Amino acid sequence: MKRFIFLLIVLACPFLMFAADAALAVPAVSAVAVAAPAAASNSGDISWMLISSALVLLMTPGLAFFYGGLVRRKNILGVLMQCFMAMAVISLQWVLFGYSLSFAPGNGFIGGLKYIGLNNVGMEPAPYAPNIPHQLFMIFQMMFAVITPALIIGAFAERMKFSAYIIFSLLWATLVYNPLCHWVWGGGWLQKLGVMDFAGGIVVHISAGFAALVTAIIIGKRRNHTDSPTPHNLPFTVLGAGLLWFGWFGFNAGSSLAANNVAISAFLSTNIAAAAAALTWAVIEWINMGKPTMLGTATGAVAGLATVTPASGFIGIWGAMAIGVSTSIICYLAVGMLKPKFKYDDTLDAFGVHGIGGLWGTLMTGLFASKLINSAGSNGLFFGNPHQFLVQCVGAFAAVGYTVAVTAVLYKLVDVFLGVRVDDKKEVLGLDVSEHNERAYTLIE
Amino acid sequence: MKMIIAIIQPHKLEDVKQELYKANVNLLTVNEVLGHGRQKGITEVYRGVRESGNLLRKIRLEICVNDDFVDATLNAIMTGARTGETGDGKIFILPMEDCLRIRTGEKGKVAVG
Repeated sequence: MKRFIFLLIVLACPFLMFAADAALAVPAVSAVAVAAPAAASNSGDISWMLISSALVLLMTPGLAFFYGGLVRRKNILGVLMQCFMAMAVISLQWVLFGYSLSFAPGNGFIGGLKYIGLNNVGMEPAPYAPNIPHQLFMIFQMMFAVITPALIIGAFAERMKFSAYIIFSLLWATLVYNPLCHWVWGGGWLQKLGVMDFAGGIVVHISAGFAALVTAIIIGKRRNHTDSPTPHNLPFTVLGAGLLWFGWFGFNAGSSLAANNVAISAFLSTNIAAAAAALTWAVIEWINMGKPTMLGTATGAVAGLATVTPASGFIGIWGAMAIGVSTSIICYLAVGMLKPKFKYDDTLDAFGVHGIGGLWGTLMTGLFASKLINSAGSNGLFFGNPHQFLVQCVGAFAAVGYTVAVTAVLYKLVDVFLGVRVDDKKEVLGLDVSEHNERAYTLIE
Repeated sequence: MKMIIAIIQPHKLEDVKQELYKANVNLLTVNEVLGHGRQKGITEVYRGVRESGNLLRKIRLEICVNDDFVDATLNAIMTGARTGETGDGKIFILPMEDCLRIRTGEKGKVAVG
């Protein structure tokens, strides 16, 4: 009981600070308000967006190490390979037709074919960001498309056939990611409804997280494996978490699509949320388990980053702190209680961290968003606009429903034609040797 | 006094350990080793160069027991490690001269545990 009360106090702190701050310091915050949108392409925006794109790309190998350290060592190359292959396959998918399905003018559900093969995507001002060239906008968005299917890998790690993985992620990118991207950012129905998703809480984290839940449940548990986690190289996981944190500045601050005040404020919220979430997770473990762990702290940081993603460009520092603290508590419960209770083998907690985090963050955006931070957004519930919270709920749960349904169908489809799961013998031998004919570590020499 | 050396598949280690605990055998040393029996190992490929006959990872257990524990230990390893497929491994039983506990200097049956 004492613990519970302590947790509640910890959870309440940033909310109270937020309330005090909102009541007292509004004029101070308004100094951070956004500049008028820049007009034509300029080298400042172009260079920031090029760098941001590269930062976001680095998150995929970062994720590979984050995940890779957590699996048994006979499977690390399998995980690295799946992440790396997402960089290859989805990059090409995006250029050939993915970008067009996401961002070309179309109906409310999916984009048209105007930009297929990058037709009509040149150096003219981008339709959604006139201050940078269209091609640069496409590059930046490509990196988001790459990492999203890679996030799902955590759910079926250590047991999915590589060929099936490629086909599945290609289909998933086309039929889940591209439509969702269009709904929220490409002029689709959720954007028209006014859903706010700054850097991909719905598009990236809800979609990947709930796809992870579905695939983990359908593919079934790993064989010869106890329910306790078996990380073979935690330093890799921490390295991966570090690369993710670093790359996330491109992800969130870059999503302002300009080198401006919104980018600065998104950068700051990102860092605050990650820090608060990492600390909170460590404190929870300290109270609950007696010792804080490195894996828990790294997981907390990633959960904080995932959760602040949809809110990052719309919130102030106390909102970011409230998001960071609360997300660790919620994700900790999801990973430590929900998963054991329902007995699904979400191997690396892709759902517990990204699905729950993305959902929580999207809803919190509807609470903490403020036009003082970003004049292009809307106010949230705490700034007198309860309607926005409702809109966020609609957006989040529509994305959950669509993702769950389509992912299940795609999985079954691939399973019929290819078989998704490796056979028992290969699983026992490990994916490194059985799927790729190579080994990560030698024992002798 | 016997020394029992068992070569088993890595993923069966947890099962073998549980069986040993059930049989009240709590002292063991575990090594990671490479090797193969009749199954001839695996093929690996590095930058297009094929290397066949590579060794498989195995686990080597060393357990020293007094005579009245030998059968229980062997049974526990058999139960835990057996899948019925090739590659399940082997158990070797060696006579043991003597045993000495470093901390106390005790010898023989008491020292084995």
